[in-house]
Amino acid sequence: MPAASTALPPIASLELRRDDAGAVLYISGRLDAPGSAQIWPQARQLVHGEIRVDASAVTYCDGAGLALLYDVIQRGATVEHLPDRYATLLAQLDPTTPLKTAPAVVSPPFLIGLGQRALAAWQQLYQAIAFIGELSAAVALVLRNPRQLRLGETLLHCAKAGADALPIVALVSFLLGVILAFQSAIPMRQFGAELFVANLVGLALVRELAPLITAVLLAGRTGAAFAAEIGTMKVNEEINALVTLGLEPVRFLVLPRVLAVTLMAPLLTVLAEVIGIFGAALVLLTFNIPLMTSAGQVMDTVGFTDYIGGLAKATFFGFGVAAIGCLRGLSTGAGASAVGNSTTRAVVSAIVMLVVTDGLFAVAFFYLGW
Amino acid sequence: MSTPLVQLDQVRFGYGDHDILSDLSLTVQRGQVVAIMGGSGSGKTTLLRLIGGQLRARAGRVLVDGADVGGMNETALYDMRRKLGMLFQFGALFTDLSVFDNVAFPLRERAKLPESIIRDLVLMKLHAVGLRGAANLMPFELSGGMARRVALARAIALDPMLMLYDEPFTGLDPISLATIGQLIRELNDALGAASIVVTHDVAESLSLVDYVYFMADGKVIAQGTPDEVRASDHPFVKQFINGEPDGPLPFHKPAAPYAQELGLEIVRA
Repeated sequence: MPAASTALPPIASLELRRDDAGAVLYISGRLDAPGSAQIWPQARQLVHGEIRVDASAVTYCDGAGLALLYDVIQRGATVEHLPDRYATLLAQLDPTTPLKTAPAVVSPPFLIGLGQRALAAWQQLYQAIAFIGELSAAVALVLRNPRQLRLGETLLHCAKAGADALPIVALVSFLLGVILAFQSAIPMRQFGAELFVANLVGLALVRELAPLITAVLLAGRTGAAFAAEIGTMKVNEEINALVTLGLEPVRFLVLPRVLAVTLMAPLLTVLAEVIGIFGAALVLLTFNIPLMTSAGQVMDTVGFTDYIGGLAKATFFGFGVAAIGCLRGLSTGAGASAVGNSTTRAVVSAIVMLVVTDGLFAVAFFYLGW
Repeated sequence: MSTPLVQLDQVRFGYGDHDILSDLSLTVQRGQVVAIMGGSGSGKTTLLRLIGGQLRARAGRVLVDGADVGGMNETALYDMRRKLGMLFQFGALFTDLSVFDNVAFPLRERAKLPESIIRDLVLMKLHAVGLRGAANLMPFELSGGMARRVALARAIALDPMLMLYDEPFTGLDPISLATIGQLIRELNDALGAASIVVTHDVAESLSLVDYVYFMADGKVIAQGTPDEVRASDHPFVKQFINGEPDGPLPFHKPAAPYAQELGLEIVRA
């Protein structure tokens, strides 16, 4: 059996011969993509300045082969005897005109670059402000004329953002309650103060964690979905179609979504609070604290203002998450990757918004003495 | 003569530093079907967007039914758009809704009609485009040409005063093409509306329209009735109608030097 050769059989080949008139480079074989790739490095080495290239033995020449010949001609060679049917193709490339080089692209000077960035940032801000304005206008319109609200669409989004999110919100908040209770019960036991774990977990969940964790889940589930949905509609020109039908996208698409999530966020937060506290109470049961005692502790510590403050936060978070999702969707550029970008940006900016506004709420509540 | 339905007066528009439309003027009268022809990228779709108020001209005036679109606020724009119907280049059907619901959409949202009338109207419009049998399909189940016809049914659902067609004939088989062309004409005549058809299809549109504008480099460079156009010896018009590669209209979009774009190394003598 013959030894298997690792080298590919030659598809095209080059040969340099000298005759009376000087050096001639003979190209033969198939000049398709693999063939041209085989001889391209050699051709570049051999062709410097004027040389004659004899292509009479070329049996096939496609785009790749033409690119090779073009390159060779641009380096100063003259191609001869190329079979006619390929020669017409080569002539279309106009290979003998000297290369014109466009001036190199210079990156703009620092100051211009800075200005461009500032402009882009300003435009984003402008867009956000305009969006808030449009949304307010739509809300005002619906308040004056409630029939303008698309009720069916709003209820559908309530179900999608609220009811469908129940399992995940319940699961995460249950886990959160269990972990919080367990982590704080062990050190507290050293002081014999397991009982107060209920106070701690209850207060933390109602004031901070339940609204926050619900909002993060909403950002990941619903905000991202809004950005992707509206972004895809933008890419498909569906938004354009709406506008030409004389329907404002903000009233039509954004308002039902924002309204639904703003309503659903506090409801989900209540669920998260109850389930989280229940999870904590279950842990405390293993520390021999009965459920009734835990419940009593929670009700004694968590005041009405704590509860209302948490829900107010949740409402605001819900509004923010939905509005950001829709804004990112509406500002989607063109193409599939633009939808991906919008979705990512929706989630990231929603979470940044949550952190910042949560801090602002903390400061506000501090000064209000809540 | 009554005020023209659409009038563009020395309109200039561009993105960035680059002007797409410069000094463009044209007029569409009521009852007319007007074709706008020009090579790809000559600003035809931009022109439709200016009329629809999705873009605003940098200079000049765009008048629809006597009112300046550029000077309208949002509310006025939306009111103006209610008089328009537009067929998008790629249909732009609502992908979440069935064919029936897509056509019913403008009827349900804009006219408070009883559902039974909406049903009859939708089926009538779908019948007109030959797709009554497709009423229960979803947009992704349609071929490109069928989607275009559904989009046409949706655009004409409210019988608008001004119809804008962006490439209505692309991707249609010859039978649908002739039918759709006839439909555009009949609708226009029956309603006394006006239609602007942006198209490449020379043969079909010359047999259909009342007036033709030829655009190149953001300007109207030739215009006339179909008969004038056929007899024209304007070099651009001749090139366009006969489909000649050489002429005043370059086939190539202005670009970086070919060799450079092919990534070839540059060797200087």
